[in-house]
Amino acid sequence: MFTLPELIFATSLTMFKVNPFIVPLDDIPVLDYPEFRDKVNDLMADEGCHCVTYHAVPLGAALRFFCCIASDHEKKLILLSHEQKASPLPVLDSLTLSHISFHMFEREIREQYGVEFTGHPWMKPVRSHNLDGGCIMQDTGMSPPSSRILHPYSFYSIEGEGVHEVGVGPIHAGIIEPGYFRFSCNGEKVLHLEIQLGFQHRGIEKLFVEKQSGIQRAILAESIAGDTAVGHSVAHAQLMETLSGITPSPALQCERIIALELERIAVHIGDSAALCTDIAYQFGQVVNEALRTIVINTTQSWCGNRFGKGLVRTGGSHYPLIEGIAGMLLSNLKEVEERYALITHEMFTNPSVLSRFEGIGKVSAHQAGMIGAVGMASRSSGVKRDIRWSHPFQAFSKYSYEPVTLHQGDVWARAMLRKLEVEKSMQIIRDLLGGCEFENRHVPVYDFSLPASSFILSLAEGWRGEIMQSAVTGEKGNIIHYKVKDPSFHNWMALAVAVRNQEISDFPLCNKSYNLSYCGFDL
Amino acid sequence: MALSIISIFRRHGRQYIKDLRKAAIPEGFRGRPVISADISPEEEKIAVTVCPAGAICTGPFTLDLGKCEFCIECSFATAGKIRFTNDHRMATNLRESLFIKTGIDNPICTDPELTRKEIHSYFRHALKLRQVSAGGDNSAEMELNAAGNVNFDMGRYGIEFVASPRHADGIVITGPVNANMAEALQICYEAVPSPKIVILAGTAAISGGIFKDSPVVDRKFVENITPDLYVPGNPPHPLTFINGILDLIRKK
Repeated sequence: MFTLPELIFATSLTMFKVNPFIVPLDDIPVLDYPEFRDKVNDLMADEGCHCVTYHAVPLGAALRFFCCIASDHEKKLILLSHEQKASPLPVLDSLTLSHISFHMFEREIREQYGVEFTGHPWMKPVRSHNLDGGCIMQDTGMSPPSSRILHPYSFYSIEGEGVHEVGVGPIHAGIIEPGYFRFSCNGEKVLHLEIQLGFQHRGIEKLFVEKQSGIQRAILAESIAGDTAVGHSVAHAQLMETLSGITPSPALQCERIIALELERIAVHIGDSAALCTDIAYQFGQVVNEALRTIVINTTQSWCGNRFGKGLVRTGGSHYPLIEGIAGMLLSNLKEVEERYALITHEMFTNPSVLSRFEGIGKVSAHQAGMIGAVGMASRSSGVKRDIRWSHPFQAFSKYSYEPVTLHQGDVWARAMLRKLEVEKSMQIIRDLLGGCEFENRHVPVYDFSLPASSFILSLAEGWRGEIMQSAVTGEKGNIIHYKVKDPSFHNWMALAVAVRNQEISDFPLCNKSYNLSYCGFDL
Repeated sequence: MALSIISIFRRHGRQYIKDLRKAAIPEGFRGRPVISADISPEEEKIAVTVCPAGAICTGPFTLDLGKCEFCIECSFATAGKIRFTNDHRMATNLRESLFIKTGIDNPICTDPELTRKEIHSYFRHALKLRQVSAGGDNSAEMELNAAGNVNFDMGRYGIEFVASPRHADGIVITGPVNANMAEALQICYEAVPSPKIVILAGTAAISGGIFKDSPVVDRKFVENITPDLYVPGNPPHPLTFINGILDLIRKK
């Protein structure tokens, strides 16, 4: 067994210490599949490594596969690649058998390009509801083989005396996005939950390639998940900037991180309210709701939109953080911080709140690691994984951030993590505001000249967790492929694991404790 | 503990906005645009080119709020000749009312003449709505949630979101209406007893927005019905939504 540096040295893998990173396609070694598989296995044997993306890109008559593995502790990104002829459709040994976290990547590749993975234990649709002539294969321009009809979705079923199924969705009993949940229960106890997604599919990755203007792409990035408008926009902006060789000014970098942390604070407080709603603790609900309103109205005063849409742009910004706004930001934050401290103290010392939070929906560190959980879902289960710390971007490259990690893995941990992260984010904003000169600024840039035949990958830590965006440019320097990965891509599985052996009535609480994205997953 | 609850309540104060009909959003909010009468043909051309949503066209120069993503890039590109005011009242029952023409600075409103008579007679005191997100990005959905929260409290007017279409008087659609939700949306609509209303909330719902050309968007449902209310915005502000509904059900 090699250590990571030895392995990289010994095999000349492509390794990067910066985020985002860009590399010419010709400089990425193309491995045989067996060699690729062995390398992935070697890297993933280290618990501090996780796969950031594994996706395929059609290049001419071939399918090129890119796999990026992040070493959290060594703060490196390792890029591996293999190539297969697109026709006949490739058949590959599944990596999922050795690393469960690959199950979704392989399912997605199969759905998008028809690649078969032998031995994959859970080969189900990701977003498509009818592969045969359905939308996804059309996305790629490849004709689907008729054997791969996956409609209707085949749910895993458990039979036996007293076992029954409960189906919920796609439209839910609230103002929430659609998804279908199938519970197998024994009495009140959930034996298994299977989540069928894809109802929100809008073909966003393809639109990133089709829409030629920088403004259109910026709006698409904001719409990947509207509750993470800033997070996805930051990932997109830094991708386009790195690709076109623009370096954002320190002030712009600070502003982006302030916006990002403001978004985190708003959603975390909103989720604190929603968790209180689900346990019928109305006092906590209304007080937290009111605090969230202050935060999103602060964002609105800054940029005219409560969700920060329009705030993050490539190369510059329309909304400089001028002195008046900075002052308003600080005084609003102070107000929110004090009141949030009071209400969370009340919440977390209230026995009836604790009895509904503690020990419910437990996911162990081992489970979180296996499913490749990212962001809050990993940190609340004791897995230290945070891009702000491991692969710093924007102003974080000069700011040493130490992530919050809790080991309990239950609803309590996910609620408490929010409280602690809100406190941390407030501190980040204050530090950045204090340590940066906000000068008069650059306007956004929308016309780029992009390098030909390059691969680029950008990571950001949104409030849910790790956001990955990646692009490949063609010979003329145009974007020919765009890939998005929302943290929910992995984390939905954490929710399915969390409700196992719980009362079915605990599902809403567990669901809210993760607050995952449907549209971010469905793209 | 009792003492700390009292102190939390004291700082919490009175949260509800007293008069939602008169409430204003501070300057800077991107609301109803006004096109300056002295906009030049060159500036018009720039605005058409810069608009990412294809919301602006010439002959005559028009900005369609049903397509507008409210990025206000046209405003920056024309040095403010197109100016987005903080007027949040943008909901209407007439699609054409969303076409903003040069030099016009009138509020957008609903036309009671065009409203079906039963809407006023059945729903003016109580309106229960079922929300369907069909490819929505969750920002419009969160704003609809906020319309019922401690600040906006639209429940005071008898307007509420309900869990079942069987309990509803109408549906509120968000998102561009994508193929994978087309069937569920149709079933939900049919499950609502008549008379029923349909509200399109947000740019994506009204026109498909930035997604309108996507091959996986399927707007047949919207094309086959006559929406009762259009609520522009990306996402629509709770005040836009609530005032729009109140105008629809109460104006005679």
